[in-house]
Amino acid sequence: MSEVLVLVDHVGGTVQKSTFELLTAAAQLGEPVAVFVGSDADAQTAAADLAKYGAAKVLVASDASLTEFLVAPQGELVASLVESRQPAAVLASASADNTEALARSAAKTGSGVMTNVSDLDGEGQGTQSVFAGAYTVKSKVIKGVPHILLKPNSIEAAEASGAGAVEAVDFTASDAAKTAKITAVEEKASSGRPSLTEAAAVVSGGRGTGGDFGPVEQFADAIGAAVGASRAAVDAGWYPHSSQVGQTGKVVSPQLYVAAGISGAIQHRAGMQTSKNIVAINKDDEAPIFELSDYGVVGDLFTVLPQATEAVNARK
Amino acid sequence: MRIVTFVKYVPDAAGDPEFLDDNTVDRESDGLLSEIDEYPVELALTLAEDADDAEVIALTVGPDDAVDAVRKALQMGADSGVHIVDDAIAGSDALATAKVLAAAVKKVEEEEGPVDLILTGFASTDGNTSVVPTQVAELLGLPAATVVSAAELDGQTLKTRRDGDTSSRTVEVQLPALVSVTDQTNDPRYPSFKGIMAAKKKPLEEYELSELGLDEGEVGAAGSYTEVVEIAAAPPRQAGEVVTDEGEGGNQLVEWLASKKLV
Ligand SMILES: Cc1cc2nc3c(=O)[nH]c(=O)nc-3n(C[C@H](O)[C@H](O)[C@H](O)COP(=O)(O)OP(=O)(O)OC[C@H]3O[C@@H](n4cnc5c(N)ncnc54)[C@H](O)[C@@H]3O)c2cc1C
Ligand SMILES: Nc1ncnc2c1ncn2[C@@H]1O[C@H](COP(=O)(O)O)[C@@H](O)[C@H]1O
Repeated sequence: MSEVLVLVDHVGGTVQKSTFELLTAAAQLGEPVAVFVGSDADAQTAAADLAKYGAAKVLVASDASLTEFLVAPQGELVASLVESRQPAAVLASASADNTEALARSAAKTGSGVMTNVSDLDGEGQGTQSVFAGAYTVKSKVIKGVPHILLKPNSIEAAEASGAGAVEAVDFTASDAAKTAKITAVEEKASSGRPSLTEAAAVVSGGRGTGGDFGPVEQFADAIGAAVGASRAAVDAGWYPHSSQVGQTGKVVSPQLYVAAGISGAIQHRAGMQTSKNIVAINKDDEAPIFELSDYGVVGDLFTVLPQATEAVNARK
Repeated sequence: MRIVTFVKYVPDAAGDPEFLDDNTVDRESDGLLSEIDEYPVELALTLAEDADDAEVIALTVGPDDAVDAVRKALQMGADSGVHIVDDAIAGSDALATAKVLAAAVKKVEEEEGPVDLILTGFASTDGNTSVVPTQVAELLGLPAATVVSAAELDGQTLKTRRDGDTSSRTVEVQLPALVSVTDQTNDPRYPSFKGIMAAKKKPLEEYELSELGLDEGEVGAAGSYTEVVEIAAAPPRQAGEVVTDEGEGGNQLVEWLASKKLV
């Protein structure tokens, strides 16, 4: 059976859920082989978890340039693995870095690349959403080795046992790839809440919060949700851009999406309209967000959310 | 300094895009400059204002109407425009489009002289692939700082900021380079009346494929690496139950959530 390469997302050896989803998707197309960029020690930690989700091998690349420079070295790494191993496909989660790594490898190896795929079948046909979510496209790669970027949370990860054999990859980036130097990294403080793209529930606040995200955060914490924001709230400086939901922010697809004080502009919809259940709280009964809500409350978020928070806590 | 800024013409998101029999977008339908491409145009103009001798060239690849995207950039203040138009290009996927854009930049260099900086949007508002800029950089062998929300030029070094979920990275590239920018970068200017009038007299070159040294087989459906099998309007969401808060709105909401096993 041919190999299917899976780029591992991890933080210091702790493998992210998105990678388990990829391994499950990869198993439909061939034998999942994980590609791990990081230290040997971290790779050992990760290998056990990767094996639990079906990784037959864990290929480890530790060249320092992979983290000192922006993406081009990673693109080179992927291209070299594509050329030497001729896999059936390469899968990665649809982050900005992964998208560019695969875009470069695709250009180097003459392969097609599919981005933001929300579903993948056994023939490698992927589903994507275009035009701000208004249209659904099914497409496939017809030249080279399919390079496929899957959105986190779109496929259910299933445990499957793999050998997880760790193997070092002999890779050194060329000088040509070492041109975009990362000169500083500023870590952001963690909110302690689930990550926006992986959370099962998201509660977002918009201009209607008037800058007070308290009720939004308290309701989110009561139901274990991530907190999101509209661009209006981000532009006003009320919430960080990394929490923006929409066309130029995150695209989320949780079980539950709650929009509080958000009107539902097309650019916002682009980031949330594939959520399984949508709830809106808005003072204006004509707000367009109600058109796509499964449940709506016409009211003031400053009274509706605290009451809902209390009701949730009372049920616990 | 010579800056080329990529401007994509996209169907109007507020209207209904139309599709052709081969499942590709009818690029002749009503459109406009992809909103995200206003940010690189604005950055190009500010960098040019700060340089002694700078020129901003807006470049698009697209059908006849795509010239509107270039025109908008000229109205904002770009000095000249380039429009690559050829029937064979229709239906090109990301990599095929990147090849045309890369060849177009080489054509500009042949005609005008070396290009120091290519600026692009970080994603287009229609296809939203975000791969074209990286692939153009790859094909031209240029350093690329992508998805940046700030960029500052210091001599030949461009210092940029790339914001991520858990960290913010400073990325430095030496010119010549390609930089793709987000809508966090600046506030694009509106064309002034003077700008609109002046745009009419600005040079606008049109080239077809053969003038770029590209072959028809390298573009369009024949030259693409992916194929669209099917395209359909997303099933419209049904508006559900809406209640008006009369003191019990929060409780009603939680009852509904509980009935759906969401709490
Ligand atoms: C290139 C481009 C990209 C963009 N990308 C994005 C994106 O990624 N994400 C995004 O969100 N937007 C994006 N936008 C902006 C988008 O067009 C809207 O401007 C934005 O989504 C509006 O945010 P909002 O709904 O919070 O604000 P508004 O549209 O002002 O709506 C606020 C809502 O709050 C309600 N409200 C007020 N007070 C209360 C209260 N006390 N209780 C309950 N309800 C209340 C009001 O009735 C109103 O409906 C983009 C725009 C452009 C041009
Ligand atoms: N046909 C095109 N003409 C000009 N610029 C383009 C074209 N296609 C893509 N681009 C540029 O590449 C960016 C990203 O596009 P995409 O990869 O399609 O999301 C856009 O914001 C444009 O700046």
